Amino acid sequence: MGELNKSMGLGTRSQQQASSKARVHTGSLKIQRLRENALAYTFLAPSLILFAVFMFYPMIKSVYLSLHSTDPAGNVAAYVGLDNFATLFSSGQFLQGIKVTLLFALLTVPVGILLALVLAALTHSKLRGMRIFQFAFSLPMVLSVGSSAVIWKFLFHPTLGMFNYVLSLLHINPVPWLTSPDWALFSVAIMTIWMNLGFNYIILSSGLQGIPDDMYESAKMDGAGPLVTFWRISMPLLSPTIFFVTVVSIIGAFQSFAQINILTKGGPVNSTNVFVYSIYQEAFVNFRFGTGSAQAIVLFVVILLLTMIQFKWVERKVHYQ
Amino acid sequence: MKRHLNSTLVYVLLTIAAALILYPVIYTFFMAVMSPEEASAYPPSFFPHSFHMDNFTEVFEIVPIAAFIGNTFLISGLTMIGQLITASLAAYAFAKMEFKGKNFIFSMFVATMMIPWEVTIIPNYLTVRSWNWLDTYQGLTVPFLATAFGTFLLRQFFLQLPKELFEAARMDGCGHVRYFLFHVLPLSRPALGTLAVYSFLNMYNSYLWPLLITNSENMRTVQIGISMLEFQESTSWNLVFAGTALVILPSLLLLIFGLKQLVRGMAAGALKG
Repeated sequence: MGELNKSMGLGTRSQQQASSKARVHTGSLKIQRLRENALAYTFLAPSLILFAVFMFYPMIKSVYLSLHSTDPAGNVAAYVGLDNFATLFSSGQFLQGIKVTLLFALLTVPVGILLALVLAALTHSKLRGMRIFQFAFSLPMVLSVGSSAVIWKFLFHPTLGMFNYVLSLLHINPVPWLTSPDWALFSVAIMTIWMNLGFNYIILSSGLQGIPDDMYESAKMDGAGPLVTFWRISMPLLSPTIFFVTVVSIIGAFQSFAQINILTKGGPVNSTNVFVYSIYQEAFVNFRFGTGSAQAIVLFVVILLLTMIQFKWVERKVHYQ
Repeated sequence: MKRHLNSTLVYVLLTIAAALILYPVIYTFFMAVMSPEEASAYPPSFFPHSFHMDNFTEVFEIVPIAAFIGNTFLISGLTMIGQLITASLAAYAFAKMEFKGKNFIFSMFVATMMIPWEVTIIPNYLTVRSWNWLDTYQGLTVPFLATAFGTFLLRQFFLQLPKELFEAARMDGCGHVRYFLFHVLPLSRPALGTLAVYSFLNMYNSYLWPLLITNSENMRTVQIGISMLEFQESTSWNLVFAGTALVILPSLLLLIFGLKQLVRGMAAGALKG
C-alpha cells in the first residue's frame, strides 16, 4: 500500500510538471530522472490501483475471513483461529470434494491432452485443406462454458438426448449420464474434455510449428519414418509445451464451476461437488463466508504449488539448453 | 502409393474427429430451426425436417434476450477498452521507462497472475456489495479492467520495437507520452488486436461473476440468460436452442475473423509460461 500511495502522489505531481513544458530543456539530469519516475508511476497507477483493490486486498481479506466466523451478511462475528480449517479437514464432505476434484482432473487432463496432441500432429502435415480442420478443432475454445453446458445438457438428456438414442441404435441400454452418481462426474468430464480441446489444440499446434523444419529434413535424410520422427524429434522438443498445457489443464480442473452448476449442481449425492462449486455453495448459498474463505485459501495454496512446480521446471529446462 | 494411402487415412481420421467435435454445435443450429413437435419427439432427428425461422423471433418474446446480448456486448466492450488502456500504459512503463522500484513492481504484477480469480471472489463480492454495485455495469466491469496477462503480452511486443526508432523520436524532442501515443500504439496494432479479441471473449463468456452480482432480469448477461432459458417450464427445446444459437453466433464470428490473433495471443502465453 505504501508503494501505491507513493505512486499516486508522484502521479499527480507529474501532471503538474507536464504542464510546464519549458522545464524539460532547462532541467538538470536529476529533474529529468524524477520526471521519468513520475511519468512511469502515472502509467502504472491505473493497473496498480485496480490490482490493489481487486487482487491484493481481497487476498489479505480472504486470509482474514478464513480465521473468523461471520454472520450471514458477511460481517465478522468472532476470531476463531484455525477452526475453520479444522472443520473443513474433519468434515467428510470437504475431503470428498478434494477427491472428486482430483478424480475430475485425472479424467479430463490426460485424455484431453492426448486427443489434442494427436489432432495437432495430424493437422501439422502439409496436406491440403488443413485450415478447415484447424478451424474445427479450435472451435470449442470460443464457445463459453455457459452455453456449451446447456447444449450438452440436452445431449445427455436421459430419454430425448442424442447420446442415448445413438446407443439405442447400437442396442445398448440407455446410460443415466447425469442422474447417476456413478456416471455424473464422467459425463461432466466428457463435456469438459470437449470444451478444453480448442485451447489444448491451439497451444500444441503452435508448439509444433515452433520446431524448425530442418530438424525434420535431417531426420528424413536419415530415413526416419513419421512415427519415429514424432517420438524422437517432435515429442522431446514439444515437452515444455506439453508440460505447460498439463499444468494449465490441472489448474483449470481445479477452477471448474459453470459446467458443474449447469449440468449437475454438484449432485447427485455430491458426486460432482468440485472445489469452486463447494466454495460457491458455502459462501453464496449457505452464507458461511469464513469456511468459504478457508476453502478458497486451500485452493490458492494448491494452485500456487502447481504454478511454482511449473516455473521451477521451466527454469531448469531453460538452464539445460 | 503408400503415401497416397497414408494421406487418405489422415483425411478420414480428421473428418471423423471434426464431425464429432463439431456435432454439438451443428446440433444446436439444427435444433434451433426445428418445430416444437420435432424438437421434443422420440426418436430425436439428426437433421431438421422443418425450417422454423420463427423460433428466433419467438425467443426474443419469451426472455429479454436482446437485453442480455446488449448487456454482454456493453460489458465485454468496456472491459476490452479498459484492459487495452491500462495494460498498454503499464506495459510501456515496463518496456521503455526507467524508474525506481521497477523490479519490485514487476514482481507484483507476476504475483497477481498466481492468484486465481476464484480465490478472491468472496471479498470482491463483499466489496462490490458494500459499494452498492450489485446489479450495475460498474460492478460487472471495474474488477476486470486491469490485466497482468495483457500487460505481459504488450510489454513483450513493445520490447521488440527497434531501439533506433525510440532514439530518433527522442532526438526530435518527442517525449514519452507522444512517443507512446503516436509511435508505439500504432505500431502495436497486432498485439493490441490479440489482447482485444482475448479480453472481449473472456468477458463475453464469463459466468460465475455475473451469476453472483446480477439479480434483476434486465442486468443478466447471455451466459446466465441462456441457462435460465432451460428452467422455463413453458419453453420448448427448439426455443432454448434458438437462444443458444444466437448467443454462440458472435463467438463463432469472432473465431472466423480472429483465429490468427487469438492463436498468437495464446502462443505468447504459452511461451511465457
